[in-house]
Amino acid sequence: MAYKTVFEDCDILVVGGGMGGCGAAYEARYWGRDMKIVIAEKANIDRSGAVAQGLYAINCYMGMQWGENQPEDHVRYARNDLMGMVREDLAYDMARHVDSAVHKFEEWGLPIMRDPKTGHYQREGKWQIMIHGESYKPIVAEAARKSADKIDNRIMVTHLLRDENHPNRVGGAIGFNVRTGDLHVYKAKAVIVGAGGASHIFKPRSVGEGMGRTWYAPWSSASAYALPILLGAKMTQMENRIVLARFKDGYGPVGAYFLHLKTYTQNAYGDEYESKWYEHTKAMVGEYIDHHPTPTCLRNHAFLQEVAAGRGPIHMVTKEAFQDPHKETVGWENFLGMTISQAIVWASQDIDPKYVNPELTTSEPYVMGSHATCSGAWASGPEDLSPSEYYWGYNRMLTVEGLFGAGDALGGTAHAFSSGSFTEGRLAAKAAVKYIQDHAKDKVKVSDRQIEDLRKVIYKPMETYQIYRNEIVGGTVSPHYILPLHGLQRLEKIMDEYVGGIGVNYMTNEPLLKFGLEKLKILQEDLEHTGAEDLHQLQRAWELKHRVIASECVTQHTLFRKETRWPGYYYRGDHLKLDDENWHVLTLSRRDPESGQWEMEKAPVYHIVD
Amino acid sequence: MPTFVYMTRCDGCGHCVDICPSDIMHIDPTYRRAVNIEPNMCWECYSCVKACPQNAIDCRGYADFAPLGHSVRVRREEEKGTISWRIKFRDGREKNFVSPITTKPWGEAIPRLADLPVPDGNAMNSQLLCHEPDALNINTGLPVMAKNKFKQGVYY
Ligand SMILES: Cc1cc2nc3c(=O)[nH]c(=O)nc-3n(C[C@H](O)[C@H](O)[C@H](O)COP(=O)(O)OP(=O)(O)OC[C@H]3O[C@@H](n4cnc5c(N)ncnc54)[C@H](O)[C@@H]3O)c2cc1C
Ligand code: SF4
Ligand code: SF4
Repeated sequence: MAYKTVFEDCDILVVGGGMGGCGAAYEARYWGRDMKIVIAEKANIDRSGAVAQGLYAINCYMGMQWGENQPEDHVRYARNDLMGMVREDLAYDMARHVDSAVHKFEEWGLPIMRDPKTGHYQREGKWQIMIHGESYKPIVAEAARKSADKIDNRIMVTHLLRDENHPNRVGGAIGFNVRTGDLHVYKAKAVIVGAGGASHIFKPRSVGEGMGRTWYAPWSSASAYALPILLGAKMTQMENRIVLARFKDGYGPVGAYFLHLKTYTQNAYGDEYESKWYEHTKAMVGEYIDHHPTPTCLRNHAFLQEVAAGRGPIHMVTKEAFQDPHKETVGWENFLGMTISQAIVWASQDIDPKYVNPELTTSEPYVMGSHATCSGAWASGPEDLSPSEYYWGYNRMLTVEGLFGAGDALGGTAHAFSSGSFTEGRLAAKAAVKYIQDHAKDKVKVSDRQIEDLRKVIYKPMETYQIYRNEIVGGTVSPHYILPLHGLQRLEKIMDEYVGGIGVNYMTNEPLLKFGLEKLKILQEDLEHTGAEDLHQLQRAWELKHRVIASECVTQHTLFRKETRWPGYYYRGDHLKLDDENWHVLTLSRRDPESGQWEMEKAPVYHIVD
Repeated sequence: MPTFVYMTRCDGCGHCVDICPSDIMHIDPTYRRAVNIEPNMCWECYSCVKACPQNAIDCRGYADFAPLGHSVRVRREEEKGTISWRIKFRDGREKNFVSPITTKPWGEAIPRLADLPVPDGNAMNSQLLCHEPDALNINTGLPVMAKNKFKQGVYY
């Protein structure tokens, strides 16, 4: 392939210009005035990431200025929701800074609704504030654009580079331009990964043409996990995949409905059902069911049990609230602001929630680190808040030196959402600047050999296609190679059936997980024979490889944690109960970059807040 | 397919190609018009719809659950600072909504950090981020926790 190689030397490379990446570029410029800051983004930062379409709420805002919440309240909330398992140091740290980010968003022109009586931001719930957020991402992207030296859009980053002068240190990143095909090599003293979460790891409920209608964006392709894993970084809580209760088919959000519009759910016969599952849930998880608010996964659990008992579908009771025209407007605008598909689903099926109570569903599982879940990389906390096991010098630095994470990429920091992801990007960037200053004398070495080896690997799917294209039947069938879509569908089937997807009601066990791992291994062998017809398919091929690496990690973690910590997210049929005695711990994994072997360990949970 | 292009309105400008987060809006080499090359990886995020100067792009809900006959149209007007939506039901009913997209003119409200005074050396060692503590709007300083209170294990 006759593609050019474009070299870029920088101080800080930000991989992924979503909420976390934009926050990182902004903060990096403030502290690193003379540093060269570059963003490499797969799409276009103006509309990339999970916030491309906009958001109707900022889900993490303390309101310290009005005494509404303090950071310790947020820690209690996040740890309660995750049944004890969060990194409290990271959660506290994010929470104490997040308000300053939100105040800046407003100053930059993001319309935040206000309560006419108090003048405070209009709350949707205890933690959420309401915004007119159609242009949230373009506004945040503008801040990044004014801060970075360079933004390279349409670069699919495939690998992080290793610094050959220092063991276990990052040396930059490599990827290709999806438009020109050129190879882009970034040598960097520090790298901040903000490449988002993972959809399409498990088989989605939507099929055929509709398969893109997942709750998390189809372009959230697990790069944030695969990139650090491939370099040997430790991961945490990867078993903590999330399942969401949402409006059926469109996956429209329910938060504003429950919290602001005060709607509620009932089964097909009009009965309240959650309380009926109290004893059942208590037998599985003990006193956690008595905590307030009820953890998200346990609410899912009641939903799933009720449907399995034959009393589905579950409905959202909207008929009462929607008689109020203001509430009706809020209900619709909530979709238009963040999940437009739901408006399409209702319009196409003549569902007017003023007269009909719409159906809810539980989604396929996702892997991500910033919602009601906390999968991701294991990172150092801040100096003043972290116990020694959680602290190795630079805030948000992973176990690979010079490599930092933010947003979905970071493990243990549930309930960061958009504002918290941006804030984590800022925290990582300040620490990265400090890291570079402290290591000013170090020279980063990335040899031509390393680049050449990767070049071969990166373009291989296009070469495979060139070799076999004359033997392809019907456009898709060949005995020699598979298309990225074929591989994706096989991955989704494996994960669904063996690792606890919708097809098995989120249930798995040790034999299933071991079968799953074997099949994932064979899938990886087959992926060596992926064919890519063009650059777009080459991007899909690499997204798939990243998804498979992350899936392997999820499966290893699920096998390691021999308990059902989060019923409603997944169930271990062979260990159906929560087991605080043995498993009140965080799980950690590391994949050896040379051998591909995984090692698992436990890490203590420290409670820094009463 | 989720997004589709009215071929007679499209002039092949490429704005939709530039913006689509899923890299699926492409220009058809024969017709020189935009086309969604991978409908099953579309999120119906409407980024391309909003970006099209000719209003040439529309969405038709996914075939696996959305019957024909509906439409959700959008118009984003940066000069006015508004976004307008028109939802048409299959049975002909209509709903319209307008909301603000920003309170400030585009491209002017965000300062260049490079123009601000250089932070002093000590600030680098504090836990404060840029604009803090001012931007927190509290006068008690950045909240902290005492390390001697940390507890390990099952607790609370
Ligand atoms: C439907 C929906 C509703 C939500 N509702 C809310 C809400 O109401 N309030 C709220 O606060 N939060 C909400 N969230 C959550 C919020 O959007 C996320 O928490 C946040 O965007 C995560 O930030 P991030 O930076 O980690 O990832 P993202 O913002 O997703 O950014 C990841 C970036 O990395 C890029 N990228 C990925 N792979 C690569 C690669 N290999 N090379 C280069 N670039 C790459 C992507 O293109 C993207 O730009 C919602 C999310 C969704 C999907
Ligand atoms: S709606 Fe979004 S994902 Fe679909 S083609 Fe348009 S920009 Fe791309
Ligand atoms: S933005 Fe509109 S006019 Fe321009 S190429 Fe796309 S569809 Fe055609």
